[in-house]
Amino acid sequence: MRKYVPALMAALLLPLLAGCGGNGDKTLTVFAAASLQGPFTQLAKQFESEHKGVEVELSFGASNDLAAQIQQGAPADVIATASTKTMDQIAADVTDRSDFASNTMEVAVPAGNPAHIRSLADLTRKGVKLAVCQAAVPCGVVAAQVFANAKLTVHPVTQEVDVKSVLTKVSLGEVDAGIVYVSDVKTAGPKVTGIIIPAAVNAVTTYPVAVVSKTAEKSLAADFVTLVKAAAGRRALAAGGFAPPSRS
Amino acid sequence: MSRREPAPLLLVVPAAIAALFLVLPLVALVVRAPWHDLGRLLTTTQAVQALRLSLLTATAATLIAVVLGVPLAWLLARGRLPGTRLLRGASTLPLVMPPVVGGVALLYAFGRMGLVGRYLDLWFGITIPFTSVAVVMAETFVAMPFLVVTLEGALRGADSGGEEAAATLGASPLRIFFAVTLPAVRPALVAGAVLCWARALGEFGATITFAGSFAGSTRTMPIAIYLAMIGDPQSGTALALVMLIVSLVVLVLHRERWWYAGVLRGGGR
Repeated sequence: MRKYVPALMAALLLPLLAGCGGNGDKTLTVFAAASLQGPFTQLAKQFESEHKGVEVELSFGASNDLAAQIQQGAPADVIATASTKTMDQIAADVTDRSDFASNTMEVAVPAGNPAHIRSLADLTRKGVKLAVCQAAVPCGVVAAQVFANAKLTVHPVTQEVDVKSVLTKVSLGEVDAGIVYVSDVKTAGPKVTGIIIPAAVNAVTTYPVAVVSKTAEKSLAADFVTLVKAAAGRRALAAGGFAPPSRS
Repeated sequence: MSRREPAPLLLVVPAAIAALFLVLPLVALVVRAPWHDLGRLLTTTQAVQALRLSLLTATAATLIAVVLGVPLAWLLARGRLPGTRLLRGASTLPLVMPPVVGGVALLYAFGRMGLVGRYLDLWFGITIPFTSVAVVMAETFVAMPFLVVTLEGALRGADSGGEEAAATLGASPLRIFFAVTLPAVRPALVAGAVLCWARALGEFGATITFAGSFAGSTRTMPIAIYLAMIGDPQSGTALALVMLIVSLVVLVLHRERWWYAGVLRGGGR
């Protein structure tokens, strides 16, 4: 057994070394809302291929968590949040802000829909296990707005830290339904089915992107924002189920 | 070594840095705590609910750990069964494993689609995730090994003379366990239980993964602190201060037993 230990250690350490030897001379760090994972991963790859020697480092999470990190001085160059309100909180720390997408909500149920959810009202049924985002993150705010619009009172079993956590609980079948973005259902694959929320009661959130004022890579950061807003960005976002920013 | 030499500088300097490193953040927390608003921040429903839930679940987890973990420690220390070493490894693995991994594992075992959880749901209509029971299970999973390890060490180190004498006098093995073995390792049992309780109180990763987060039923203090630090740092800091004070109280109450009798001397008297 003992003679395997060095080999095991090497196997564990190898990825570390690989991570260190990155090929980029410059790194652009992008903080983005959890829901943007699909399109932003794709856009980062495109950005790297268009900017030789630049590596894009992506960090996804709850928008207000990312905003709080920026306030604490996290070394991000670009930030994209899932609501204008979270961006407002860090208005003093960012520049070149603009809206680039919008999203609405959908009910996500596990494949096979075990609790036979057909409408929002079904979520109020006794025994239905519902997951939502916690009240402070954008997806939680928008979900609460949807239930207020529909004049429904729900009793979720859990309030997750971000929208992808809600989606995970749904795809594992641990809850009967979750309130997530339309874009999440679109990219979730066969383990999750979406139930459309009528436009009359649905709510919209707008996604702003901005350059972090303290960035050392101001022009690269501006280039990334441009890419997000350009035709390529719009295509990637549309493919991921996002809508263009609303003009309200 | 009767004459006391001054400690060598090569040891004193790193030791001082280590001590400073451990203490400074706590001082910073105390300094930055919103003292003027503490009363209001700590009496919000959220804060009271989280503290209550944390104290209750950590205590429940410790009781379970004592009831189940003491026999396990005894079996590991005295057991002649084949595979004892393997069992020891398996039962102390949660000690060195990231708690969030434990949460994922619990989900796959006791979740609604889990190995065991599937049948609990199918046959009895019981689903464990997202309940306070799940919180207790997550805490027990992570914290019980602390009690088992502490107690096992003491049991191995304890003198078996008393037990042999009792056996010669005709006492049953169970009677020997309760009347002789257990009293002899009491300091280690207390130390292990306290360690287990403190670890359960601080549990975060396994809980949020397996039990989710909902005020009143599954949102324990560490989760409440984490969430509050995102949206409302003032109340997050206030809650963190409470946890610091609770930990301090535990440490002071058990200073003697824990530090000296329990861990260092392996529980022997």
